[in-house]
Amino acid sequence: MTAVREIEFRDALREAMSEEMRRDKRVFLLGEEVAQYNGAYKVSRGMLDEFGPRRIIDTPISESGFAGLAIGAAMMGLKPVVEFMSWSFSLVAADPILNNAPKMLYMSGGQFGCPVVFRGNDGAGGQLGSTHSWCVEGLYSNVPGVKIAIPSNPYDAKGLLKSSIRGDDPVFFLESERMLGNKGHVPEEEYVIPFGQAKVLREGTDCTVASWGRPVHFCMDAAEELAKQGISCEVIDLRTVRPLDIGTVVRSVRKTSTCVVVDQSWSFGSPGSELASQVHRHCFDDLDNYVHRVHTADVPTPYATNLEQDYLPNARRIAEAIRSATYNL
Amino acid sequence: MTSLSNAPTGQPAVTDVHAKVYGDVDHLQAPPVRAEIPAAKQLAWLRDMLLIREFEVRCMQAYQEKKIGGFCHVYIGQEAVAVGCTAAVRHEDPIVTAYRDHGHALARGMDPRHCMAEMFGRIGGCAKGKGGSMHMFDRANNLYGGHGIVGAQTPLGAGLAFACKYMDEVIDGGRNTRVALCFLGDGALNQGAFHEAMNLAGLFDIPVIYVVENNGYSMGTAIARGTTMAHSLVTKAAGYGIDGYVVDGMDVLGVYADMKRIADKCRETSRPAFVDMRTYRFKGHSMSDPRKYRTKEEEDVFEADDPIGRLERQMKASGALTDESFKAMQKSVREQVRECVAWSDASPVPGPEELLTDVFVEPWGPYPGSTQPEMNGGTPNMPGTKTIDVKEDLL
Ligand SMILES: Cc1ncc(C[n+]2csc(CCOP(=O)(O)OP(=O)(O)O)c2C)c(N)n1
Ligand SMILES: [Mg+2]
Repeated sequence: MTAVREIEFRDALREAMSEEMRRDKRVFLLGEEVAQYNGAYKVSRGMLDEFGPRRIIDTPISESGFAGLAIGAAMMGLKPVVEFMSWSFSLVAADPILNNAPKMLYMSGGQFGCPVVFRGNDGAGGQLGSTHSWCVEGLYSNVPGVKIAIPSNPYDAKGLLKSSIRGDDPVFFLESERMLGNKGHVPEEEYVIPFGQAKVLREGTDCTVASWGRPVHFCMDAAEELAKQGISCEVIDLRTVRPLDIGTVVRSVRKTSTCVVVDQSWSFGSPGSELASQVHRHCFDDLDNYVHRVHTADVPTPYATNLEQDYLPNARRIAEAIRSATYNL
Repeated sequence: MTSLSNAPTGQPAVTDVHAKVYGDVDHLQAPPVRAEIPAAKQLAWLRDMLLIREFEVRCMQAYQEKKIGGFCHVYIGQEAVAVGCTAAVRHEDPIVTAYRDHGHALARGMDPRHCMAEMFGRIGGCAKGKGGSMHMFDRANNLYGGHGIVGAQTPLGAGLAFACKYMDEVIDGGRNTRVALCFLGDGALNQGAFHEAMNLAGLFDIPVIYVVENNGYSMGTAIARGTTMAHSLVTKAAGYGIDGYVVDGMDVLGVYADMKRIADKCRETSRPAFVDMRTYRFKGHSMSDPRKYRTKEEEDVFEADDPIGRLERQMKASGALTDESFKAMQKSVREQVRECVAWSDASPVPGPEELLTDVFVEPWGPYPGSTQPEMNGGTPNMPGTKTIDVKEDLL
């Protein structure tokens, strides 16, 4: 019997990058501290040894510069993977990543694609304070022309990162520093996960709970807790927010008739508000209640640990929303 | 600082107006050092400059007629820069520039019809009418855009050159053979992106040449009002360990000669370069600029030093051009541009389906994928295009 292989989230990311770099010399990694320091969060540990300094490239603290450089290289046909130490620091590179990468193909009338992957830590939860706790999906998912993956576990992280690197379009790949040490099953065999395919993590009959990224775990905790009280939740991990697999959510809501959307970005103009709006539209006659939403609180991220925990879409707030949506208050 | 330039024949005296605009004029007085350039080349460049000039004049007219919308920045006065620089590099060397980009597109070889139709918002445009005046792209001619955000193209330029070197050396295991030309305005010197790009280029030995088209102004801001060390921009390059050069951008023969040496060295050493290219834009910043920030006298001094007039004089002096041949050339250019306007007028507007194409290479949801513009044969983009399996298309 072969033991089920379990590896950390960060190892899954590294395996994805290393495997893709082995099969395609156009792929290279650049970012702050990715090479000699082995990665600020050790995602790229050992990659310099294997691939050398021409393909694992330490950059200065110049996000705008190296993000733009990667975009130029991608226009020429290379496949750069850019590591942002934190997506919070991508804000100084907003022009290249929002104004160049997603629009290049359109503005060039189909002449220049931009196959670049930007990846790094996103989201709050580490007591880093307001400037370093961005959930950029709230802002960036507004922009057409980019694909956004927000995996919740090592298996998805590896498969989605591999298809991000193989794809021909720009990808924002959002990881969570809080999850890099999480272990999960990742098979030895090669696999890729296509974008736009949600996964039903738990089947249920009373309420559809849709989320992505780290809050998926809080949804599972809430579902576990509510099951003891006789409320059956169907938990769906969207895995990518652009494209958004609305079909899987709609099929589930037609069965459960209630829906809670859980999104760790701010609520106003967010992927969560978009999903809720689409569910309202497609399930107008199926819903027994309006779609409930759980987001981070509409304030800058607080530092104090208790405040920060309340700020996040935690299991308690999710369970409350599910009880409200299913009239179980 | 190295000054490679030289005073060509027929150049008007350097005045204190020049000194006022650039802060120094030393380079304009340097002695000529120039190999003979074949007459055929000079004729081709003269025609290229005339074509750009005439094209831009017709653009201004079309803008007045509301055939061109949005922002439109013409290149009149700076023609020698794009023509001389593109002549000094190879066609496979990638080029990227800012929003004042029509001249670069034409100098690079874009059919003026595709350039004009782009501004008219027609399907025949180089980007099927999706980019507009500030965003001229031409894959076949290795023109990587027109970029509307000041300074945005400067890290891209580093990336283009990085990729050339990477492909030749890391992928093919050979030696780099290409350089990238990245044009920027003097105003872009003050963007963070530019400094980050220069540092990266210096640090990584990237063969990119930054050509600052120093026309003395960013919109209404005279260079010294917005930029430190305006009289000696090459000191900025020195700070990044990059060789800097001052070149007289009003003299196409000088631009070619100097840029050729700079590009050859860049190719040979795989080191970046920085060029303070002294030029002047004769018209306003865009179509709505009353030019209150400078005097008529100043403009007159520079217009008397017109880059086309200068080459015309030089070529007539050397016997390479006659009054008749020059007139014939002017006539053929006028006809070509007139035909180009008619062609653009006749080109249809993009169909409604174009709204949703070219958002992604791989189709999903409402986005059907991507197609090439007519100038590239109109073929579907990227062979092997895959379809992402979105389970149910309800977007
Ligand atoms: C980041 C950014 N800020 C401001 C603008 C508005 N803007 C467009 S052109 C321009 C002046 C730039 O001058 P310069 O770089 O010297 O180029 P030139 O127009 O002289 O060719 C400004 C301020 C912009 N496009 N991008
Ligand atoms: Mg300027």
